[in-house]
Amino acid sequence: MTELRPLLSLNHLSKAFAGNQVLQDFNMTIYDGEFFTLLGPSGCGKSTVLNLIAGMETADTGDIILLEQDISQIPAEQRPINTVFQSYALFPHMTVFDNVAFGLKMRKLPKAEIKQRVNEALEMVQLAHLASRKPAQLSGGQQQRVAIARAVVNRPKLLLLDESLSALDYKLRQQMQIELKRLQRKLGITFVYVTHDQEEALAMSDRVVVMNQGKIQQVGTPREIYEEPNSLFVAKFIGEINQLEGEIVSVDGQQSYEVKVEEQRWRLHAEHSFSVGDKVNVLLRPEDLRVEYIEADHPDKFLVGTIVERTYKGKTLDSLIRLSSGAELMASEFFDEDDPSFDYRPNQKVAVNWVAGWEVVLPYEA
Amino acid sequence: MKLDRGFFKFLSIGLISSWLVLFVFFPNLLVVITSFLTRDPVDLVAAQPSIDSYARTFDWLYLQVLWDSLKMSLLATFACLLLGYPFAMAVASLSKRWQAIMLFLLIVPFWTNSLVRTYAIQFMLGKHGLINQFLLFSGIIDKPLDLLYTQFAVILGLCYILLPFMIFPLYSSLEKLDTRLYKAATDLGANSWSRFRLITIPLTLPGIVAGCLMVFLPSMGMFYIADLLGGAKNLLLGNVIKTQFLNTADWPFGSAFSVIMMLLLGAMLWLYYRATRYVSKKGGIDGADF
Repeated sequence: MTELRPLLSLNHLSKAFAGNQVLQDFNMTIYDGEFFTLLGPSGCGKSTVLNLIAGMETADTGDIILLEQDISQIPAEQRPINTVFQSYALFPHMTVFDNVAFGLKMRKLPKAEIKQRVNEALEMVQLAHLASRKPAQLSGGQQQRVAIARAVVNRPKLLLLDESLSALDYKLRQQMQIELKRLQRKLGITFVYVTHDQEEALAMSDRVVVMNQGKIQQVGTPREIYEEPNSLFVAKFIGEINQLEGEIVSVDGQQSYEVKVEEQRWRLHAEHSFSVGDKVNVLLRPEDLRVEYIEADHPDKFLVGTIVERTYKGKTLDSLIRLSSGAELMASEFFDEDDPSFDYRPNQKVAVNWVAGWEVVLPYEA
Repeated sequence: MKLDRGFFKFLSIGLISSWLVLFVFFPNLLVVITSFLTRDPVDLVAAQPSIDSYARTFDWLYLQVLWDSLKMSLLATFACLLLGYPFAMAVASLSKRWQAIMLFLLIVPFWTNSLVRTYAIQFMLGKHGLINQFLLFSGIIDKPLDLLYTQFAVILGLCYILLPFMIFPLYSSLEKLDTRLYKAATDLGANSWSRFRLITIPLTLPGIVAGCLMVFLPSMGMFYIADLLGGAKNLLLGNVIKTQFLNTADWPFGSAFSVIMMLLLGAMLWLYYRATRYVSKKGGIDGADF
């Protein structure tokens, strides 16, 4: 992105349902043209944020600024925002064409323009040949495309997608992820995507906000969120991660600490600042671990353990390693061209290490 | 086990089929046959084929009755629809618990015979009835209104007796309506009127048609309502048929009228079938309307 122009700002939003505080002082800015994802477990408030933006719910406090205009009092049907629903919510009694034309008809555009724009939208999602079908005559993937066409045909300032791919099977979902991303680039419309699927969020988004219990945990690019999670929640929610307990032994300078982990001292890098004696969590991604066979010796700067289980995953070999302290680590290693028969035996003794600096050190949480 | 189930299936289907053949199909067949025979002063019906009865139904007098009857039934149906639709919408929007309570309350009047209830209406509408007494007492009028023995009274009576038959099919189709569609329509810029017109009405069309049929069809034949509330002038088709069978003993003529009513019924059912197909999710062969 060359220039970041704020499109939508959510300021101090809060919302409670029957005394249950779903959102509290929620602040967020979405930039023009980006693919923005709200990611979190179910019940974290992400759908409420979407409903507030769309106007389906009214916030208890706070305002919603779209292009410098406060839209929080504008009814949903008048907002230049459209939604692709999880259930698609296609009108069963209308043809595909009439479904897509619905928004334009509501705006009372001339018939010829409606026809042209609907046909364009249907061509874009490769469904022009099915324009006269009813939704029930379409497959799930086709219905999904109709739902997308029905929303984008209105050229909204903002397109909201509410778990839009979750009803599709794995293969189709992956295909639609790529298509959605391509469509977003082509149209230049800002997408706000809501999902609980972290893989989907990482694959499609320019930026991701991770939410939990109505609060923002972290905002950043997929890479920042994956590689530098700022909390144990984010680290655990996004992908697999190993968690070891440690204690700061000495502070060696800017963001560098000596940490005692598994009865050994390690020089670790941390974004947080700690002081001596602080308890910490050292987090390691399974794919960052290096595993080596050992016999009896105990090499320095390695964690030592035994293989408990190994799982063949096709691309990778995943092994569960129990350390002498009882802690368990998951390691995920790619197969090596030089050693196609690479495998572990249960109870085999191994030493584990990782690339220095790839660890994440966070304050200790249970 | 399998034999048992087969036997049970055979028994239950067989029982109902025999019942229908014996008490529905056969009597109706007799009516159709009778309508093509001639009247006999002694045996009621003579085995002399004739379409005379049908010819006589085209008498100006009977066409007038048919027209009046159609008019009153249609007005009653329309009034039931206007009253029933908002009510059914309101009930469908309640919590499950309150829906059950409201539907139960709707059934309560059925515990009293509808003839008795019609007498009650007669009592209310009469010259010295409750309504007139109240209006006189409160000084709104100074001469009793002619409420009883009018078309209005017949339509009111039909509405009162048949309103639940409108509400139930309406309720069941409104209750099934996917409210997420409203959300989608709002999102696409539809206001509440557009949502009602473009989503609610088309998707509840089978309920609307079913309700209208359930009111319209019986209303044509409810002779006792016209007898008690309409007096001698405001007749329904049912009164004509009743008179032919019970008073003038002209069975072929009464049967001819019955057949005409059955044909009307058939036409209505065909309409219902079309309406259901229109909204059917499969779309059918006529799905290509663009």
